[in-house]
Amino acid sequence: MALNAPVGVPWYIRLSENHASHRPIVYQEFSTVTLAEGVQLVAFGILTAMTLGGALGVVLLENIVYSAFLLGGVFTSMSGLYILLNAGFVAAAQVLVYVGAVNVLILFGIMLVNKEQPFAPIKREWVGKVAAGGVCAGLFALLTVSTLNTPWAISSEVASGDMATVIIGIHFFTDYLLPFELASVLLLIALIGAIVLARREFIPDVAPGEPESEALQLPERPRELVSSVSSSDADS
Amino acid sequence: MQLEYFLLVAAALFCIGIYGLVTSRNVIRVLMSIELMLNAVNLNLLAFSNYLDPVGIDGQVFAVFVISIAAAEAAVGLAIVLSIYRNRDTVDMEQYNLLKW
Repeated sequence: MALNAPVGVPWYIRLSENHASHRPIVYQEFSTVTLAEGVQLVAFGILTAMTLGGALGVVLLENIVYSAFLLGGVFTSMSGLYILLNAGFVAAAQVLVYVGAVNVLILFGIMLVNKEQPFAPIKREWVGKVAAGGVCAGLFALLTVSTLNTPWAISSEVASGDMATVIIGIHFFTDYLLPFELASVLLLIALIGAIVLARREFIPDVAPGEPESEALQLPERPRELVSSVSSSDADS
Repeated sequence: MQLEYFLLVAAALFCIGIYGLVTSRNVIRVLMSIELMLNAVNLNLLAFSNYLDPVGIDGQVFAVFVISIAAAEAAVGLAIVLSIYRNRDTVDMEQYNLLKW
């Protein structure tokens, strides 16, 4: 940014300079999370318990529908954690996108493919579970040690608080403009790709006069029954 | 409140997500585990943004990108799951051996 301003002042403060008084907007005027320390700690504890408990439920519960609803709980409590981190805009986006769109999409997916089938037991399944649990515990231990032993350069500046939305908007239209546009293109690609992948490719023809069998009127998988009986035999 | 608390929560969430990703047999649950891992990454980004760069908040911008890409991923992933389900008539990951050699 080629603005003539004193070195050290970030450019977005320069951009939002108050021209009437030539005085930069002081971010302390805007509210950050101003709760007391104890309240923040209690809120953090509750939200952490909800998040981790819900995540364990998502992974471990037998019924997939319970898992999906618990996932909504996890997303909501994560947005509470975001608010504790002075990220109100991201918290709102989290609720809108994750709880409102992704979770509903997953629920629709469960309803569409919900098949009550007991999974065929495989030999020595517990070995894989124990190994995965060991690897995850080890990874968590590693991350814990490295987190606690790193000297973080904690900044002493006051967080931007409610100005965060404005600053994010400035970022989007200046230095993150190309990723922003690419994200919109990506969303369009994902939209078209999901439609192409999920729709049925052809509707089987029925020979005239021949009564349509009941299997062909089922809502799912007519393809193997019609055209590729031999290939489906080969698959199984 | 300290940065390390949030980082530890994010690490725990990420590890739970990895465990679910590896051990789940229902393919929808695998997608949910991926969402958990993406959320853990978001929490990391926001924690760093708040404690290390509270004025610039580049981390919040990254988090918004992660959220949008996660939405695209969920849509395409569920479409693939539907497509495979039509062909295989199962949601068991052990039966999905289409690309296995």
